[in-house]
Amino acid sequence: MAEHSPEQIEKVITDSLISFGANADEINRDAELTALDIDSLDLAELSQIIEEHFGVELTSGDVAEISTVGDAIDLVAERA
Amino acid sequence: MSDARPPGACALVTGGSRGIGAAIARALAADGWPVAVNYLTGAKPAAEVVASIEAAGGRAVAIEADVTDPAAPATLLDAVQSALGGPVLALVNNAGVRADGLALSLSDEDWRIVLDTNLGSTYRLTRAALRAMIRARYGRVISIASVVGPRANAGQANYAASKAAVIAFTKTAAVEVARRGVTINAVAPGLIATDMTQDIPQAFRDRVPAARAGTPDEVAAAVAFLASDRASYITATTVYVDGGLSA
Repeated sequence: MAEHSPEQIEKVITDSLISFGANADEINRDAELTALDIDSLDLAELSQIIEEHFGVELTSGDVAEISTVGDAIDLVAERA
Repeated sequence: MSDARPPGACALVTGGSRGIGAAIARALAADGWPVAVNYLTGAKPAAEVVASIEAAGGRAVAIEADVTDPAAPATLLDAVQSALGGPVLALVNNAGVRADGLALSLSDEDWRIVLDTNLGSTYRLTRAALRAMIRARYGRVISIASVVGPRANAGQANYAASKAAVIAFTKTAAVEVARRGVTINAVAPGLIATDMTQDIPQAFRDRVPAARAGTPDEVAAAVAFLASDRASYITATTVYVDGGLSA
């Protein structure tokens, strides 16, 4: 498994959230995904993007545990 | 949001070697789609469909796969990418079977094979194909339903259940992905002259207001339209191609 820095992971996730329509100014580790208007379809696509970039497969159970941007970054960093 | 077919986009038609599926493959190729013609047993007719598309200046490849195999979607999508060089952004779920009998006497196997082929494969292939479609912000899923399902037809409880469920699946899946530029629709043929309908009784034929059976090309025309950029705002619906039978 390739090494990925937390900064790389944060950038991919942040860019993805922006592409889904989230306001860049409101994205930070503590931001709730629901407050960023990120919904289940966005999360499904984010899972695909994470799999493509980092080779990390997230189950629907994993995704259900994610509530903040920081949760997503930490989960991927843990497994990448 | 993109409303135009991305470069390299490919189409996959399941059960594309004969009848309605073959006509759909030809119609999509005529609209410029590189087309994968999936077949299970019809290697020769599938090769003929490919040859006719190529003779008309199109691109096509025949790919064998049993759509009831849970591994088939991933294998098929990868095979299309390898053979035609692009992702499947138009999926036509056409493969289907009949195993008729009165509901009170249908075997479990007749129920299972019809539901799994007509409905299960539609679900599994759509699920797999949507991954590339939502990333591309473009996609077309067209599933072949039937007038039988929304309407009763004695002797086809299994077939009717599968086709009504395809329409229900189409509606819900469509609303889930609509904002990604992906449309999901069904086309419901009535009595169409194919190998599969040769044994349809005359009494059923007499119920068609148009007083004739339809042709595979008439179904394919509706599918090609729904696959086109012109149909970008049509989703979650069912287009009946039935000579008025469902009215």
